[in-house]
Amino acid sequence: MEWTSYLAPLSQGAWVTVQLTVYSTILGGLFAFLFGLGKLSHNPLVKGFSVAYIEIFRGTSLLVQLFWIYFALPLIGQAIGIDLRFPPVAAGVAALALNIGAYGAEVVRGAVQAVPKEQYEAATALNFTSRKRLWRITLPQAIPEMMPTFGNLAVQNLKDTALVSLISLGDMAFRAEQIRNFTQDSVTVYTLVLFMYFGMALVVTAIMKLLERYVGRWRAAGR
Amino acid sequence: MFFGIEWDTSSQWAFAVSIFPILLHGLVVTLEATVVGFFIALLLGLVLAALKSAPTRFVRWPAKVVTEFIRDTPLLIQLFFLFYVLPEFGLTLPAFLTGALALGVQYSAYTSEVYRGGLEAVAKGQREAARALNLAPARTFTHVILPQAIPRIIPALGNYLVSIMKDVPVLSVVTVLEMLGVAKIIGDRTGGYLIPISMVGGLYLIMTIVASLGVRYLDTHLPKRGLSLK
Repeated sequence: MEWTSYLAPLSQGAWVTVQLTVYSTILGGLFAFLFGLGKLSHNPLVKGFSVAYIEIFRGTSLLVQLFWIYFALPLIGQAIGIDLRFPPVAAGVAALALNIGAYGAEVVRGAVQAVPKEQYEAATALNFTSRKRLWRITLPQAIPEMMPTFGNLAVQNLKDTALVSLISLGDMAFRAEQIRNFTQDSVTVYTLVLFMYFGMALVVTAIMKLLERYVGRWRAAGR
Repeated sequence: MFFGIEWDTSSQWAFAVSIFPILLHGLVVTLEATVVGFFIALLLGLVLAALKSAPTRFVRWPAKVVTEFIRDTPLLIQLFFLFYVLPEFGLTLPAFLTGALALGVQYSAYTSEVYRGGLEAVAKGQREAARALNLAPARTFTHVILPQAIPRIIPALGNYLVSIMKDVPVLSVVTVLEMLGVAKIIGDRTGGYLIPISMVGGLYLIMTIVASLGVRYLDTHLPKRGLSLK
């Protein structure tokens, strides 16, 4: 069979991969800020919860988390009488976002802690409220520092989406496996898919670089 | 029954206790795959790092592109590629070795950058001083650069060792019976996924916490000013 005939099913799968990547990266970014700032909180409950989240999701394998959400969580739901059976898309996005969010949270924490102490002191001296200090002083200086690592994490997340094919989600990896089963033409299919992932990674990298340049203007002048 | 060990479904607790030795069988495979994959990554990474610092750009550029390609494509697809494509070229490896090779290839892209970063982080003055003292280039490398680069390289490699361990479950797709694959099969056969998969999560957590304490110990206890190679 001609390799061009693989392109239609593969691009269907590619669209699923793109959607998974976009949703889970955005949601993961949200988790990263939420728990990264949570880890720096003075409230022991918030801090403890954030630390536990980060350790659990960084300390176990993504595939373990995915299987746990998809296979094990419904059984807990059954035991307590709530329906926790998620469709594969929701389970996939949740696992990917929770996983990448835990890695991102450490990046957020590091960048926030790296903002010079004088900046906090100056903000306090100028009578900023703590919320205003966070939004106007800390984050604008911390976010540009996070961007290079966030770029790597976004590519990491794109690569990780391939694992959702294992809970029968029809992404690019899943389609490739189907085509291989059907045609036995593994060299062509997997070469094609490798290059498609590579192309997507280059696009993700380019987008993150643009974002990096955009937020770069928030950096304090003279630093 | 699995690995000749019977499980006991009379109560949840008895079930957890009875499958623990089965999971330990899987754990051993996980650790073996981690170690073999890591060594392949160390060697391949060294080759890539050497090619990337070759004197001619006709070698340097392809090596950089290959590194980028490996790093930007998923382990799962690389694994399928090796698993299905190598036999077509007459190279049929057992599933375990194919899996370890896939881990090694994927992480060679990362280790090669660790080597390069570690070598480049050695202060420029050190090379200049060696040159001023009339040391031969080979001697400069083995006696001046390397001893100072190694304490930076080892902790970073340790972090990738932990990452490899967390990626081993992917190997279950090519029938390697590592810990998560074993837990999944127990779940398939008994209908009880919750306990085996949670136990795998717990075991992973213990392993990664111990491993990261080890990496931190190395990071603080390796001499920062250089390791004597004598």
